Amino acid sequence: MACSKAWTRHVDEKILTEHFGLANLYEIEAYLERGGYRAVTKALQEMTPDGIMDEVKKAGLRGRGGAGFPAGMKWSFVPKTSDKPKYLCVNADEGEPGTFKDRYILTHNPHLLIEGIIIASFSVGIHAAYVYIRGEYEAVAQRLEQALAQAAQKGYLGKSILETGFDLDVFVHRGAGAYICGEETALLESLEGKRGHPRLKPPFPATVGLFQCPTVINNVETLANIPAIIQKGAPWFLDKGLAKDGGTRIFGVSGPVVRPGIYELPVGTSLREIIYTHAGGLKPGKKLKAVIPGGMSAPILKADEIDIKMDFDSLAGVGSMLGSAAVIVIDEATPILDVLKKVAKFYAHESCGQCTPCRIGTSWIHKIIKRMSAGHGEKGDVDELVRLASNIKGKTLCPMGDAASLPVLSLAQKFKNELESCLKDGSG
Amino acid sequence: MIAGLSSELKKKIAEVVARYPKKEAAILPVLHLIQRETGAIGADEERWVAGLLEIRPIKVREVVTFYTMYHQKPVGRFHIQVCSNLPCSLMGGEKVIDHLQRRLGIKIGETTPDQRFTLSEVECLGACEQAPCMMINFDYYGDLTPEKIDGLLKGLD
Ligand SMILES: Cc1cc2nc3c(=O)[nH]c(=O)nc-3n(C[C@H](O)[C@H](O)[C@H](O)COP(=O)(O)O)c2cc1C
Ligand code: SF4
Ligand code: FES
Repeated sequence: MACSKAWTRHVDEKILTEHFGLANLYEIEAYLERGGYRAVTKALQEMTPDGIMDEVKKAGLRGRGGAGFPAGMKWSFVPKTSDKPKYLCVNADEGEPGTFKDRYILTHNPHLLIEGIIIASFSVGIHAAYVYIRGEYEAVAQRLEQALAQAAQKGYLGKSILETGFDLDVFVHRGAGAYICGEETALLESLEGKRGHPRLKPPFPATVGLFQCPTVINNVETLANIPAIIQKGAPWFLDKGLAKDGGTRIFGVSGPVVRPGIYELPVGTSLREIIYTHAGGLKPGKKLKAVIPGGMSAPILKADEIDIKMDFDSLAGVGSMLGSAAVIVIDEATPILDVLKKVAKFYAHESCGQCTPCRIGTSWIHKIIKRMSAGHGEKGDVDELVRLASNIKGKTLCPMGDAASLPVLSLAQKFKNELESCLKDGSG
Repeated sequence: MIAGLSSELKKKIAEVVARYPKKEAAILPVLHLIQRETGAIGADEERWVAGLLEIRPIKVREVVTFYTMYHQKPVGRFHIQVCSNLPCSLMGGEKVIDHLQRRLGIKIGETTPDQRFTLSEVECLGACEQAPCMMINFDYYGDLTPEKIDGLLKGLD
């Protein structure tokens, strides 16, 4: 995959993208030269599984896949003793529009993820891990397979790793084009060879997950942070971010900015700084209209709302969300109706169809917006959108219902005047 | 045709099946491998996979129809999948789609009569920093302009 252009920029001290400038970092020799696999050695030879879990808890590492659940706490929900095997599923489905950070980790630094997988598995008592990677990332999957083979060859995977008696096998599993499979229980169904239909919770995957066995599901970026926590300690990691939300985030910036790309910055960096300092601001002649701060599911922010810290709690505080930290920049020349149309089309297409509010609601919303877009919008259509979206929210089996309704609600409410001016009666 | 699966492929399939505690779990990777060789997953392929994994053929049909990457009918030699999601469209994705349709003389979802090209519209490809972007078979192409597309199409043999 084309990753040659230098989309990464180096600012401050990095955890994940530190050596991205090195062309062959994905080769184990180059990785070892940079101090690679020392975290695995330390964890397996000097630490206890519980000690690792405590360190991760203290580091305040919150899930990078979207929901922001504390990683150490998630691991601790897996029963210590179990007569069934336990599994780790690595979420590399990366389907949230605007998100492309995991691709960079997998392409440039796959061994960092592998180290994270080994340490997490050792801590939880797992001997088999599956990396569920979106089907389109074929080249990326091949690179990961190669990295896994190299790690096994050096004795970091397989039987009795570093002669500690700890065994671990890691397998790459490619998806086949379905956004919903990024949702953790849909991912489990898909891994078991079925359609990606989310499961009812509880039971939670920590107790009943893959093949009905206790399972941890973590995002690629979440796991890639583990080696640094082990090497440098929880206080160091926590200090990089905020009090309850440690470390850095890889922010992905897309849309009409001067330098679209990924930027690894401390958790809590302001949205304005990300857009204007790191991504270089908008392209000449363009003016900021709005920003989607955390992938398409995140409620939109208007141009005057970007003086906000980019962390889970701050964004939740203004009714949006950090999600996958994918920043989508929208310029003045883009009609909000066009944004709404893309949002609606996406969710109508990706609804798995199990719940009526999500299946019918999303396509109904899409229908109304298509009509508005064709110039046949009627008075009351915007209110109808709000009504429909409100009827999906909180009434579905999986969080995709909320993901589909929240952006529509925020667009319809924050840009009501602009949208109403597109209606027959509104245009005068 | 399924009868003609190469022995190399069969070996690879056996390897993949062994990675899972339940055979059925191997269905996605097995279908990927087969489609690579046969171009599509038709009724014969479905039955073969069902036999291999010891599941009912309907289970295979469910999977093939749920996931967009499996083709029930073969696509053209060059499958162009162009992204129509928000970040790409903010960067001129609509123009790219229009240009492709005009250049190839087909609409989204169609295949050229000579079976060379199939054009599909897809959701975010996870490469939004290179918007607008597309895939030709398994290769990604970003920062597309009409001129760049013309050059790419010319370069295909
Ligand atoms: C519709 C939907 C799609 C999702 N897609 C992804 C995805 O592509 N990648 C990901 O890591 N998490 C995704 N998630 C979040 C996962 O369900 C889950 O929270 C995450 O993988 C847990 O890992 P973490 O705690 O390390 O973040 C998605 C959630 C929903 C509801
Ligand atoms: S909310 Fe939507 S995507 Fe989730 S299970 Fe229900 S229908 Fe499927
Ligand atoms: S929107 Fe086109 S690749 Fe993400």
